[in-house]
Amino acid sequence: MPGEYLHLRLRVNGEQHQLACASHKTLLEVLREDLGLTGTKHGCELGECGACLVLVDGTPVLSCLALPQELQGREITTVEGLADGPRLHPLQQAFAELGAAQCGYCTPGFLLAAKALLAEQPAPSREAIRQALAGNLCRCTGYLKIFEAVELAARRMAGAATPGGQRSAATEAK
Amino acid sequence: MAEGETAMQPAAGASGTTAAAAAPPPPSPRRGPPAPGPDSNQGNLDSHLRPPEALRVIGQPLRRVDALAKVTGVTRFADDLVLPRMLHMKLLRSPHPHARVVAIDTREAEALPGVKAVITGRDLPIPYGILPVSQDEHALALDRVRFVGDPVAAVAAVDEETALAATERIRVEYELLPPVATVEEALQEDRERLHERTAYANVHKAVSLRFGDVEEALASAELVREDLFFYEGNTHLPLEQHAALALFDADARLTVWSSTQTPHYLHRALAKVLAPLPASRIRVIACPNGGGFGGKSDPFQHEIAAAKLAMLTGRPVKICLTREEVFYCHRGRHPVLMQVRTGFRKDGTITGMHFRTLLDGGAYGSYGVASTFYTGALQTVTYRVPVYWFEGARVFTNKPPCGPKRGHGTPQPRFALEVHLDKVAHQLGIDPAELRLRQLQPPHSLTANHLRVGSMGLRRCIEKVLEGSRWHERRGRLGRGRGLGLACSSYISGAGLPIYWNSMPHSGVQLKLDRSGGCTVFCGSTEIGQGSDSVLATWWRRSWGIDPFAIRVVTGDTDLTPVDLGSYSSRVTLMTGNAALEAASRARALLARAVGAHLGVPPSRLVFAEQRVFDSEEPERGVSFAEAVELAEARFGTVGTTGSYTPPPAPGRYKGAGVGPSPAYSYTACVAEVEVDEQTGIVRVPKVWIAHDIGRAINPVLAIGQVEGSVYMGLGEALMEEMEYRPHRRLVHKMPSMLEYKSPTALEMCEVVTYLVEDPDPNGPYGAKEVGQGPLLPVPPAIVNAVHDAVGVYIDEIPLHPHKVLAALKAKAEGREPRYGPARFPPVRYPAPLEVGLPEPTPAQPAGAAALAGTGGGRRP
Repeated sequence: MPGEYLHLRLRVNGEQHQLACASHKTLLEVLREDLGLTGTKHGCELGECGACLVLVDGTPVLSCLALPQELQGREITTVEGLADGPRLHPLQQAFAELGAAQCGYCTPGFLLAAKALLAEQPAPSREAIRQALAGNLCRCTGYLKIFEAVELAARRMAGAATPGGQRSAATEAK
Repeated sequence: MAEGETAMQPAAGASGTTAAAAAPPPPSPRRGPPAPGPDSNQGNLDSHLRPPEALRVIGQPLRRVDALAKVTGVTRFADDLVLPRMLHMKLLRSPHPHARVVAIDTREAEALPGVKAVITGRDLPIPYGILPVSQDEHALALDRVRFVGDPVAAVAAVDEETALAATERIRVEYELLPPVATVEEALQEDRERLHERTAYANVHKAVSLRFGDVEEALASAELVREDLFFYEGNTHLPLEQHAALALFDADARLTVWSSTQTPHYLHRALAKVLAPLPASRIRVIACPNGGGFGGKSDPFQHEIAAAKLAMLTGRPVKICLTREEVFYCHRGRHPVLMQVRTGFRKDGTITGMHFRTLLDGGAYGSYGVASTFYTGALQTVTYRVPVYWFEGARVFTNKPPCGPKRGHGTPQPRFALEVHLDKVAHQLGIDPAELRLRQLQPPHSLTANHLRVGSMGLRRCIEKVLEGSRWHERRGRLGRGRGLGLACSSYISGAGLPIYWNSMPHSGVQLKLDRSGGCTVFCGSTEIGQGSDSVLATWWRRSWGIDPFAIRVVTGDTDLTPVDLGSYSSRVTLMTGNAALEAASRARALLARAVGAHLGVPPSRLVFAEQRVFDSEEPERGVSFAEAVELAEARFGTVGTTGSYTPPPAPGRYKGAGVGPSPAYSYTACVAEVEVDEQTGIVRVPKVWIAHDIGRAINPVLAIGQVEGSVYMGLGEALMEEMEYRPHRRLVHKMPSMLEYKSPTALEMCEVVTYLVEDPDPNGPYGAKEVGQGPLLPVPPAIVNAVHDAVGVYIDEIPLHPHKVLAALKAKAEGREPRYGPARFPPVRYPAPLEVGLPEPTPAQPAGAAALAGTGGGRRP
């Protein structure tokens, strides 16, 4: 019994989408149900767990609390937009190697929260990582491997910077 | 020689002898983690028992085979699945804790446009339950609701909104019944009974097992100590909400995809409830679980109702529970009240123990009978308990049902026992570590309650954490408000008996090899995040020299995979591992015969390594693995083998002996450091040292992940997590949301130093034992013991809320007993003890060493 429909233009992972959807739908629902981007997860749909976290213009947003009509014209990034083709983002690589993803359900939210952190602080302290990820719940890992993976990715991204200090395109495809 | 043993023979030409013959390629940088940096906690593998020749893949840190799917968001969980013409289901749940369902009128709901079907209890009248002895659940209430959240009706509609709106149009007439709120009320005869079959009143199960003359042992003891403890209930809180999708196709076959840990048991429950639909026409596919921790181990109402609605509508039906509904499903940690009475000698050694438990089971049986026995089963496997008496009872109350959560029924008594021992150590002036080291249960022995202990690495675990925490230098000397506490524990590596009585294997593996060189492993095990698919892909390297990443693993599908009982009781690595090794060794024998004939070399001279099969005497003479399969196909036809595993028979022969036996026991020791704020009562845990005897770490990355995750979950249980219900007899869940049900965030998590101790068990594949649950157990008591070291009070109750700490400090300041905890144990009518007696030979003598050698697929290294 959906009520009013809206026509939306959303830019997600660099692609422009046009769609019509019920006006009450959250960004989470539109991503998962209308755009088929099921990499974005839900654990509560009340803004409590961080599983649905996406980036809007690089800033973490809980997609279960966001209305898509307010985000038209903005750049939305989901976990599907992290890798550069077959090349994984350094965060994805580090999460996979260090066992920072166990069941993997919270992982997309953590990856995007960490990406936003590293964009602001390329070499964050452990405490800064804890603070940045405190809104994301994980029940499997105890967070420690996630912290280590963020630190490893940060080191690799710093190492990939060119001698002149400029970052290569591959390290931070924002 | 058993087939399974071939794979264990280093001299038979598996990877053990290949190091010289064929150098391994350098490890791909994509596959292994980097060397640990200075700030990295990769754990400290205690490999004193590791053979000199590296095991190459077994024991090597490898990323999970499904890691890349998980970090790219590609893994498809149950709610990610969508089928054409799919309907959405919603459940109507009871708003009352206890009521008779007098009438249900669904007409208005059915009339709503978009609604395709509405069902009630009458459509699914057959009862079910996970245990054969507790068939007390209905998918939808038949005539009674027993907790707030008990499902009453289900609706399938074109979308979720319509289904939800329809549930609001169902009129249910309830006749309210007085609810049973507490264990004390449940023990009273004059209360309304939740179920017809009880021991008495609302007592679901009551047991009493006695092993030897406990009263005599206590009477002759130099010190008898009695303590009361309470462990509050808490829940799994997996990040993924339960979801299920059901399809009834044109050929009258039912398929259910679900976030379940136990597809085989769900299959059985569906076949029972949906009769006459035969089990052979039902297929259950376990999707990767977004966390389970035991919470997805029961067959659930929403799974059965979705299946029924799919059958009625002829369309796929999906439901994903809301977070609130996940709290109603529960099946979490039982609240347990415990009384422990133990006799000691002056040196702190135990002369005998009497352990009593009282469990609040909530509204249904679930795994509760097993949970009840588990609260008494494993006290005996860590320290020598010469004679033992266990009394346990579980009651029904009008709250969501409790069940198995990580550690299933054993963290509560472990908490009690370990704090009890700490108190005795202080009373006798003995170092708590020394008190434990003096009386460790010997390896390869029988316990008083007839459990067969195999390898037992607890001594080394204790030594590791004492050394790491600098226990002897720092305990009692950390200054005001800071302290160290020690606790130990043990857990089963799989239950020795299945949930329903049968003599079939607990785990089955099928292999398919084809001429492409590809290999597919089929197994009913279920990936719940613990890495079972990865472990299943690991074994072939040792047997065949095949890269784990080249193996395709198909799991958790009742149509495609042989039965494995499921991801519970920490059984998967040991049981599927032994089954896999048997299948591998049979396939290897086929390939070796074919290649041997081709090369004119005896099969025993062949080496399987680096994707090749070659002559160990002339390594250049050989074939690729794909060619080896071609040769075998040409010689024998299609190549496939099976392997299976059944645990060794349990030595106990008494009623109740089914809970506790395991092929192998893991052991853990833990030291926690705490900071207690005496003004606020807030306890912080900055650091934990934990050593776990895993037998053999098949993949240290996964193993350390399980240890750290267990510490995390134990920390949450110790400090904050609890199920709470609103008073005034309404029994509504107080906090059915993630925010209000507090769990540790990144800010609360402690630093963890992990030591993996390897004491290989003869029953484990390559000696491996469990790691998924055991390391949780010692964490809460270690924290409580550390609080005592810090401020001199015992909090005999979990969780350690600040108000409890403040109350204990106040008691101490006023000269009362410096503790907070339960004051009394209500009178329970336990049955007359079943006088089992002690096993023969007596526990002091090593027993069953010969019997151990022939069991399972493993072999003592």
